[in-house]
Parts: sequence; C-alpha cells; structure tokens
Amino acid sequence: MSVLALEYPPINHLFDWPAFLFDGTPLAVNKTAVIYLAATAATMVLFGLAGRPRQSLVPSGVQHVAESGLNFIEESVVMQTIGPEGRKFMPFLTSLFFFVLFSNITEVIPGIQFPANSRMAVPMSLALLVWVIFNVVGIRSQGLFGYLKNTLFPPGVPKALYILVTPIELVSTFVVRPFSLAIRLWANMVAGHLLLVTFAVLSAALWGATYIGAALTFPMLIAMTAFEILVSVLQAFIFTILTAVYIGGSMHPEH
Amino acid sequence: MLEILAQTAPGEFLDGFKAIGAGLGYGLAAVGPGVGIGIVVGNAITAMARQPESAGMVRTTMFLGIAFTEALALIGFVVFVLLYFI
Repeated sequence: MSVLALEYPPINHLFDWPAFLFDGTPLAVNKTAVIYLAATAATMVLFGLAGRPRQSLVPSGVQHVAESGLNFIEESVVMQTIGPEGRKFMPFLTSLFFFVLFSNITEVIPGIQFPANSRMAVPMSLALLVWVIFNVVGIRSQGLFGYLKNTLFPPGVPKALYILVTPIELVSTFVVRPFSLAIRLWANMVAGHLLLVTFAVLSAALWGATYIGAALTFPMLIAMTAFEILVSVLQAFIFTILTAVYIGGSMHPEH
Repeated sequence: MLEILAQTAPGEFLDGFKAIGAGLGYGLAAVGPGVGIGIVVGNAITAMARQPESAGMVRTTMFLGIAFTEALALIGFVVFVLLYFI
C-alpha cells in the first residue's frame, strides 16, 4: 500500500488507484478521494475560521490569507473579466480557486505527492458545473432566444459567413469549452506528476549506481518541484479566470 | 531485415507501431502550440515594455491566451496517453 508515497507505485496506479476503504461499494475511498475530502475540508476551515464574527480590523493569520485571496480574486479575476456586477459570483469563484488549488498542491507535499486533479472525474464535474452556470447566466440575462442568437450568430459578421461561423460557434461554445477546461487542468496535473516521478526515479537510480550521477538530476528535481508549485497555482488561477470569462461573455454579449 | 520482421509476432509489430504513433503524435501536436505560446508571450513582453503601467492587464490576458493555445498541446498529450497506456 503506497498511500503515503514512501515507495514508487506501479505504473497502472497512474490511472487506477486501488480503494482501501469500503472496497467494492459505491462509497469506496481511495487516495484521490481522501485528498479531495481534505481539500474540501481545508477550504471550509480556511473561510470558516476567517469568517467568524468579531474579527479584528487589522487582519492577521488565517483571516489575512482569506482576505488577500478574496482581494486577489476580486482585483485580478472579477474586475478584469466581468466587471463590478460580477461581484455576486465572488463566493463561487473564490471557493473554486481555493478548492482547485488545494487539490493541486498535494502534488508537491511530501508524504502525499499526488495531485488529486490528475483524475478526470472531478475536473470534468467542475467543468460541467461551469457549463451549466454560464448557460443559465446567459439565458437569465439575455433570454433564451437572445442568448442563442448572440452566441450562434455573433453580430458584425457578413451574413454569408454564418454558414461557416455558426457551426464553429456551436461546437466551440457548447462542446469544446467544458471539454478543454477539464482537459487543461487534468493533463497539466498528469504531465507534472509524470515529470516529477521521472526525475525522482532517475535520481534514485543514479544515486544507487554511481552517487555522482545524481548531482545533475537531483537539482533538476528540486527545480521541477518549484516549477510544479507555480503550475499548481497557475492552473487554479486559469480555471477560475476562464470560468469568469465564460460567465462574463454570457452576461455582456458582444455588440 | 525481412527475416527478422517475419519472425516477430503480429502483436509485437502492432505495439511497435503504437509506440511510434504515440510518440510522433505528441511531438507533432507540440509544434504548433509551441510557436503559438512563443508569439503570445513575445507580444505580451513587447506590450509590457512599451507600456509598463498596463502590465497587470496584459499579464492576465497573456495567461488567457496561453491557456487557449496550450489546450491543443494538452489534447496531443491526452492522445499520447490514450494510445500508449490504454
């Protein structure tokens, strides 16, 4: 059982991690599920602690982390893409950002070293949730007919070109958007995990064989770990900002 | 050469082609997005150097552009995984 990442798991664990609790039932729990539960709990604890009443005016500790996170989402996601009326999506976008971040960052935490988002299930569910939300927002703010008209027949295009533009818009808005949102998160995490595993195995093998050979690969492993921290934060940010872009796009149609 | 080919089992032969296809597929899929991300980041740097006060806005848009371009490379990676491991 390599739940604690103390030894290298076999290659088929890349796509199929065995369950260790309630095996064989629909409630089976494996390492991925444990990480997701921990990420959910971490997000809830962070904002639960930061949001309790009678806080100090000068933030410190947990409150500071939560407030700067909220501020970051407001300044660089909502204001840049939706505008002031996007503030009502702040709770959704902030919890999305922190949930994706917490389930990505386990990639580099020693003892876990497995990004939970390198399983397709949750990125796909989040992408479908985003798909439902931006369609509902579009229908509510423009009406069903207006939303479809603005999406499928973008204004400012010569009439004859609609033969070409409408099918492309149909596929790219309603099929490719959720698909690419999920694939982007999932594939980045799988690729990063494979990269780290490759350099870790290489360093261990070279250390065991020659000692001096690991002098090249071990610094590379450390550099890759730093790079993967950047990728984890960046992918959480990109997932959030693309959600905001899609919501903003269905709120204000192009003229 | 032909004798060696004749001795290999058809299954192994297919596995070899699968590996070649997977490797070439990912390599070819990475070419376009590589050029694309280079263009996006290069132009973003030009914009930031010309107008440093707009750097924040340019950076956000740059990440968006990278995300859209990168999707193609990632789909190539997915195809590689599907071909090679499954």
